[in-house]
Amino acid sequence: MRKLYHFNGGVHPPTHKTESTQTPIAQAGLPSRLVVPLHQHAGSTAKPTVQVGDRVLKGQLFGMPQGSVSSAVHAPTSGTVTAIDMQVVAHSSGLADLCVTLLPDGRDEWAPRVSTNYLSTPPEELRLLLRLSGVVGLGGAVFPSDLKLRPGKHKVTTLVVNGAECEPYITCDDMLMRERAGEIVRGAEMMRYMLDADEVLIGIEDNKSEAIAAMQKAVSENNFSRMEVVTVPTIYPGGGAKQLIRVLTGIEVAAGVRSTDLGVQCFNVATAYSAHRAIEHGEPLISRIVTVTGNVQHAQNFEVLIGTPVNELVALAGAKPDTNGHIMGGPMMGVPLPSDHVTVTKATNCIIESSPALFPPPLPEMPCIRCTRCVEVCPADLQPQDLYWFAKSKNFGKAQEFSLFDCIECGSCSYVCPSSIPLVQYYRFAKSEIWANEREKEAANLARERHEFHLMRIERDKQDKAEKLAQKEKAALAAKAAAAAQPGTDAAAIDTLRAQVREIAHPDAGLNKE
Amino acid sequence: MLTALLVMSALALLLGAVLGFSAIKFKVEGNPLVDKIDAILPQTQCGQCSYPGCKPYATAIAAGEADINRCPPGGEEGIRKLAELLGRDFIPFGEDTAAPKPKSVAFIDENICIGCTLCIQACPVDAIAGAAKQMHTIIESECTGCELCVAPCPVDCISMVVIRENISTWKFQYPAAAVATANKMNIKSSQI
Amino acid sequence: MFSPFITHASSVREIMFKVLLALLPGIALYVWYFGPAILVSITLASVTALATEAAMLKLRRRPILPFLKDNSALLTAWLLALSIPPLAPWWLVVVGTMFAISISKHLYGGLGNNPFNPAMIGYAVLIISFPVYMTHWISPQGMGQLELSFVEQMQFIFGGQFPSGVTLDAVSMATPLDTLKTQLHSGHVAADVLQMPIYGYLGGHGSEMVALGFVFGGAYLLANRIISWHLPVAFLAALFATAGAFHLYDASHYAPPLFHWFSGAAMLAAFFILTDPVTSPTTLRGKLIFAAGAGFLTYIIRVFGGFPDGVAFATLLMNISVPLIDAYTQPKVFGKKGNK
Repeated sequence: MRKLYHFNGGVHPPTHKTESTQTPIAQAGLPSRLVVPLHQHAGSTAKPTVQVGDRVLKGQLFGMPQGSVSSAVHAPTSGTVTAIDMQVVAHSSGLADLCVTLLPDGRDEWAPRVSTNYLSTPPEELRLLLRLSGVVGLGGAVFPSDLKLRPGKHKVTTLVVNGAECEPYITCDDMLMRERAGEIVRGAEMMRYMLDADEVLIGIEDNKSEAIAAMQKAVSENNFSRMEVVTVPTIYPGGGAKQLIRVLTGIEVAAGVRSTDLGVQCFNVATAYSAHRAIEHGEPLISRIVTVTGNVQHAQNFEVLIGTPVNELVALAGAKPDTNGHIMGGPMMGVPLPSDHVTVTKATNCIIESSPALFPPPLPEMPCIRCTRCVEVCPADLQPQDLYWFAKSKNFGKAQEFSLFDCIECGSCSYVCPSSIPLVQYYRFAKSEIWANEREKEAANLARERHEFHLMRIERDKQDKAEKLAQKEKAALAAKAAAAAQPGTDAAAIDTLRAQVREIAHPDAGLNKE
Repeated sequence: MLTALLVMSALALLLGAVLGFSAIKFKVEGNPLVDKIDAILPQTQCGQCSYPGCKPYATAIAAGEADINRCPPGGEEGIRKLAELLGRDFIPFGEDTAAPKPKSVAFIDENICIGCTLCIQACPVDAIAGAAKQMHTIIESECTGCELCVAPCPVDCISMVVIRENISTWKFQYPAAAVATANKMNIKSSQI
Repeated sequence: MFSPFITHASSVREIMFKVLLALLPGIALYVWYFGPAILVSITLASVTALATEAAMLKLRRRPILPFLKDNSALLTAWLLALSIPPLAPWWLVVVGTMFAISISKHLYGGLGNNPFNPAMIGYAVLIISFPVYMTHWISPQGMGQLELSFVEQMQFIFGGQFPSGVTLDAVSMATPLDTLKTQLHSGHVAADVLQMPIYGYLGGHGSEMVALGFVFGGAYLLANRIISWHLPVAFLAALFATAGAFHLYDASHYAPPLFHWFSGAAMLAAFFILTDPVTSPTTLRGKLIFAAGAGFLTYIIRVFGGFPDGVAFATLLMNISVPLIDAYTQPKVFGKKGNK
């Protein structure tokens, strides 16, 4: 029996998983249009490589990665590019971002795909392939996976594959593990090869018995001796990367620390699956499994093309009239969508249709009575009531002293607060204010430098002019003295003398000044 | 009696020597308070405080000549930070300074620009690229929104464009709705 | 609307209500042994507390009904009423409650913002200002020199009048703790003093049963996870240890530790007073230090101090040190604890 470690805190919300695991993964098919954001990963926006009016094939490159932290974006199906413009995207702000709008032609024609044998390819080439295939973390952070597969300062001993899926309602990873375990496992082995890790531990919560069985079968069928499926206790947020690493290896990764520096790396099962499709089948990341659940007629999982409008996706599950909102993600950490006209991105693991019955409106906020229920459940060992105190009074310095940025925003504290305080919202507010302040500070420092240089430049120009004026006067004086000393010299001699004087006064004559 | 006098004088001389030595040996160049104040100011160099730049304003505050509520680009937040640094009370903007405006950048209409370089000379952070008889353009990332270029332009081709927040600069709102509800609303007892 | 969209929380109202429920066994035993006068104090205190709270909320321009309904004022009132002699005049109860609610709670910012336990502040103000009334406790039924009927008790409480010939001294007595102190002072040995009829098995006759009632209430709170074990256990352990040490040193002058557990407000403090979440530390180690300090100080004030019971001042002294305790007992954050 493998030794499992423990992390403090955590809560047990009702899981609501069985609603959406009754039927296998269905294909969502082609929607009426696809709106693909060019910035659906952490890092810099991809640069568009197509133009309006272009006809593209399925899997064709839409956006080139820009900068070291970036990833590529591809056409989810064949069709015509009808627009490259700002569209409202699935983001808390409700703001717009640059998107490519694609009108499908119905043929779903693939661009040429190339299979790669990973065992005979050096890891740097495989990483480049993943970057150009748009493979990013599908657990929600959408961090470019190629960067996470680079060796760190220390050797990576353990690769953790995250099949925990601790948040209620979400079952996309569960169904993926049940149906496509073989490809996940082969993808995980490819990742282990790239990292040169000693072992692979696949963590799955104990409420997913079918998935555990399927994954164990896949591991033994593929004879991966260094891979092991480990059952972990069901607790929220046990599926957080830091928490799962702690449970499986005992290592605690602090905020701001790279887990590879501590010898461990963590990927979601869907990311491993996509890596496998990219390397072995040459397919870029253009679709993902999305759970559609909540206030719908038939909650289920779909394989959805990136860029599918949410309302068309939900219609497949049967929308209900009393739906009052759409949540991307789970009920603990999900993002309320500005409308259902936004589209599915690589980060969309679940769409929950909310209704007043399912998610009643929150009670008004009462004062904090310091009952410390929030401290009991915090998985990061923080003091949420102190962070709330400082965030509320905008004392951002103190909030950082109390480790505000170690908060993983899991929502456990808000979940148990008897005063109905929206704790995580205060922390999000504080974090974004601190980041904005840092940006302003940097801009102000830059402006100060430029201003000081501006003043210095003006001073320097003034001095240059003064010097030249002084030299001119000196030369004029010298010429006068020379002329006075030799009154009878002939004109030629005077000319030579004048030329010499001019030489002294304007040594760089011939150059254009000003 | 005499010994007491001698001892006290000796002590006074000794302590005076120590003070004098420290004043010379540990003298701090420049005025650190001015630098601290300048670090808080937003470096817009716009002159709305009626001083020719942020450093002169900082110097004036340190010297006690200027009050802390003269900087509109710093906003109320800036006044608060200055108040905290100097141990004074917060005071709101007075009537003789302009109210804070949303952050904006300058924009040159290239159809109208005549290439006279007057705006280039006016910009305190050298954020305008151009030369005599050449097209001028604002370097957007360097512009602080100080508006000093708008007035000198003889053909009025410079306008200020408000920077709208985009997805990278968007901030979460203060959860004020929750607080306001608890404070102002008549909450039905059945909801508690 | 923002995440999380689901909640498991109870409410402040529910928590405070359960604490009030937990006080009922102790109150029932109080009535059994000392008569129903305590119920009058409790009612008077409750009404005053709610009225004062409503008035303060109005002055502070806050919504009134939600805060009144959160039961925190009621809890303060009940705890204060249980700390005051039942024969106290009505104005004593009213003044104490008004002070507790308006000054020690609302002037500091209301619910959640007071650094001192309001009930204990109310008690402290009363015992310093009106020591006579505060040290004359009703005798257990069947033990007093003179027994007043309920009506006569009410006449005293509200009218200040005794039946002719009756004085306060005749119908009340000092607390068991107070009696012990004065008897020891006059030279008697502890073991002999504790044989006097006003003492029961472990503490004072009657009041030890009330303390037992509070223990049952505390057990209910622990079982329902309203309070955690740290505060009661640390307080009782420190009190036991300190009392035990002195008792071992000189048994003739220092009462046994179990006596201290079951007399005075020790059990009330352990489960109801110290566990006030607003005024106790937020870290686990901090809670242990806080409660242990209170236990030690309670003993010291009882034996060497000038007041019959040390609970109130011990609590207030530890309340002052809460920010310091919190600052020094911050737990290490995930990932920064060193190696596994």
